[in-house]
Amino acid sequence: MELGPYLLLATLEGAVMASVLALTAVGLSLVFGVMRVVNIAHGEFYMLGAVFAWYIAHWMGGHPALGFAVALVVAPLVVGAIAVAADMTILKRVSYDPERTIVATIGLLYIIQQLTLMGYGPEARPVAPPFNTRLALPWFEFKDGALSMYWPWGLSTTSYKLAVIGAAIVVLLGVWAMMARTRIGLLMRATQQDRDMAQAFGIPVERVYALVFGIGAGLAALAAVLIVPIQQAHYLMGADPLLLAFIVVIIGGLGSLPGTVVAAILIGLSDGIISVFFSPTLAKILATLLVALVLVFRPQGLFGARRS
Amino acid sequence: MTLLSTRGLSKSFAGLQAVSGVDLDLRQGEVRALIGPNGAGKTTLVGMICGRITPTSGQVMFDGREITRLPAHKRMLMGMAYTFQITSVFTGLSVAENVTLAARRRVPHSGLSDAVTTALRRVGLSEHVEQEAGDLSYGHQRLLEIAMGLVQGPRLLILDEPTQGLTEAEVDRFKALIRELAGETTILLIEHNMSVVMETADRVTVLNFGEVLAEGTPDEVRANAEVQAAYLGGD
Amino acid sequence: MTATGKILLLHGGLLCVLFALQFVLPAYHHGNLARIMVLASYAVGYNILFGYTGLLSLGHALFFGAGMYGMGLSIQHLGFSPAPALLAGLIAGVAVSTIIGLLALRTVGVAFMIVTLMFAQAGYLTVLYFVDWTRGDEGFVIQQAQRILWGIDLSDPSNRYFAALLLFSISLLISLWLVRRPFGKTLVAIRENEERVRMLGYDIQAHKLGAVVISGTIAAVSGAVYGLLFGYVGASFTAVPHSILPLLYVLLGGTGTVLGPFVGTVFMFYLIDLSSGITTAHMLIAGVVLVAVTLFAPQGLVGELRRRLWRWLP
Repeated sequence: MELGPYLLLATLEGAVMASVLALTAVGLSLVFGVMRVVNIAHGEFYMLGAVFAWYIAHWMGGHPALGFAVALVVAPLVVGAIAVAADMTILKRVSYDPERTIVATIGLLYIIQQLTLMGYGPEARPVAPPFNTRLALPWFEFKDGALSMYWPWGLSTTSYKLAVIGAAIVVLLGVWAMMARTRIGLLMRATQQDRDMAQAFGIPVERVYALVFGIGAGLAALAAVLIVPIQQAHYLMGADPLLLAFIVVIIGGLGSLPGTVVAAILIGLSDGIISVFFSPTLAKILATLLVALVLVFRPQGLFGARRS
Repeated sequence: MTLLSTRGLSKSFAGLQAVSGVDLDLRQGEVRALIGPNGAGKTTLVGMICGRITPTSGQVMFDGREITRLPAHKRMLMGMAYTFQITSVFTGLSVAENVTLAARRRVPHSGLSDAVTTALRRVGLSEHVEQEAGDLSYGHQRLLEIAMGLVQGPRLLILDEPTQGLTEAEVDRFKALIRELAGETTILLIEHNMSVVMETADRVTVLNFGEVLAEGTPDEVRANAEVQAAYLGGD
Repeated sequence: MTATGKILLLHGGLLCVLFALQFVLPAYHHGNLARIMVLASYAVGYNILFGYTGLLSLGHALFFGAGMYGMGLSIQHLGFSPAPALLAGLIAGVAVSTIIGLLALRTVGVAFMIVTLMFAQAGYLTVLYFVDWTRGDEGFVIQQAQRILWGIDLSDPSNRYFAALLLFSISLLISLWLVRRPFGKTLVAIRENEERVRMLGYDIQAHKLGAVVISGTIAAVSGAVYGLLFGYVGASFTAVPHSILPLLYVLLGGTGTVLGPFVGTVFMFYLIDLSSGITTAHMLIAGVVLVAVTLFAPQGLVGELRRRLWRWLP
């Protein structure tokens, strides 16, 4: 394949990646923004979403679309409920102290991951996509002085991948509407601004925290349900999304939702394109170093405004 | 001789002018009180003098050297000492260890234990040397804080509301201590207790809305109508 | 008896007991204890930064790995003998910890944890990337013939035990000596109230950098010795879980106590060892202990002992 079509393909793959990443990272960013909690177990909530999706699809049987549709609703809810329980039994009890919550969420990471290993096992298991039509894509070239269209071999995507991109956009708009337009969004923003003041005004801060932690985990789980027909469900699959979500949240400016989305698109797309030219490991090394250096030299993120 | 001076020292936080254009001159050996209503910018001004806060504009000169950009710890090594408004002694360490920690950067090793003993005697904590600082009463913790300033043998001792929360007897003892130190070391004293100001200070600077409202001897300041309106009468 | 006397008796006593144990322990526990002592040295190094200075690093596997690979690569590719190879590991540790310290110490709090985590992750990926040199995930074995130090075969269990005990004694004594020195006391004071220490004329950044380098170098030497004693150098020793381990040991044993790292390592090692009979998911125990210690015993075992009984414990 020539470079042009190849780049288009990489961009499309990158866009799928960016969509899932944006959902995962927005979940992480929401939790950090409102609660000031760095949730190291975020990747495990993602993994749980995929594993539950497999269980649900497996139990339901019948047409793949049926199991998938149920999983899309149930898996994020179950994972969200687990996160709420974790918030109330662990994070609340250490008063959301930054260091102790990090240590506790590291513990949570291992508990979730290893329990999944014991229950679900070490295998990677696929979930069938609800629909999966192959869509060939055209490309253009100059032939005899005129622009002509042709269908390069291998340049294609699937209807499911396009649906993932669409679904992510819808969910992100939903999150934005919730934050900007609803009462619960207002409570979250008020808590984010000033926790003590919110408490003084009678906002049930603890319940807001539990809800935010649940929504954050639910978003990660939703992202995983979307990706599981493309990748497979595996108990160690949470590590990469965690790292990437961190990178995105830090580059986008800690706790800023629009910055997070922009950074997710940037990282997702560039990851697809960079891996055309570099080995994935080298790309990861560069991305990790970049994010560390951003934190060191530009802690407000690449897109955040510097505060005095 | 002038030990400390500031020229046009200003600080704004997010557009809010906390301190603006302060000129201050402290003679060697003088006891200067800095007073003013809450929010007048006293702590911000002192923070810029000792390097905790970076000024928006203006200069700080100490001992004939411009130190506006010098990091705080280097200013301390030049002979400043700062005691905190909120007691911040090291509660896990003993009284003697607290003072030793304060002394170590300024006192040669051989004279360390003598210096510690002397500083603790001067503030009247000789009987508590081995006690853990966290077990001291609030008033004693404040005195320990002052001892940690004294032991450095500072040329400029900055005391941020040292008598806050002290009993009357402890305040009297503190006044005596300042009078004893007068002439020996230069003192900049942020203080709310007017009797302490009137009885110990050589000169008084009044700050209001971040600007110098008046400056003079305690009697001059007390007689100043503007000061009375802004501060003394306001109580 | 004075506090100093008690302290010397306790720590000296521990080292004597460890010395004596090798003659009575069955082979299996004998080998375990050698491993525990090397890992405990790693934890002792970690504790200097986390326990005494109050800086929580999530990337100490980078330092452990720097020592291990500094030693291993110089044996494997440069034909070094063990003594200069250990020195190479130490130098790698000093270099890496200095660079990471200079960069990471520009951040504070949560950002410091994330930055150290990211640098360590980059280090792990680097090991995987240069697969021709490091053999990637698989790692490489250091042959018995390459493990003879001054005529002593370090693959022999009893020599290995001695070497591990020597490393642990040195780390423990450095740690004990440090906390009784002005430098160590200043570190504790920085942990308690950084701003106050700054206003006493101390250069905070220089002290913190010192702590990172000492802590990182002890971790690096532990890594180098581990590779040499057990004859294997692998990427898993630089991965995230291996950064979490010393945190776990120190939290369980007691942050900011000299003995805590050892006590935590022994407990954790045997918890995981015993549970391996029941499940292969051995990190589950680590997770449960992390959460439980955070919730119920933030002082750790030795910390609780100090709080309740022996206030003189360093």
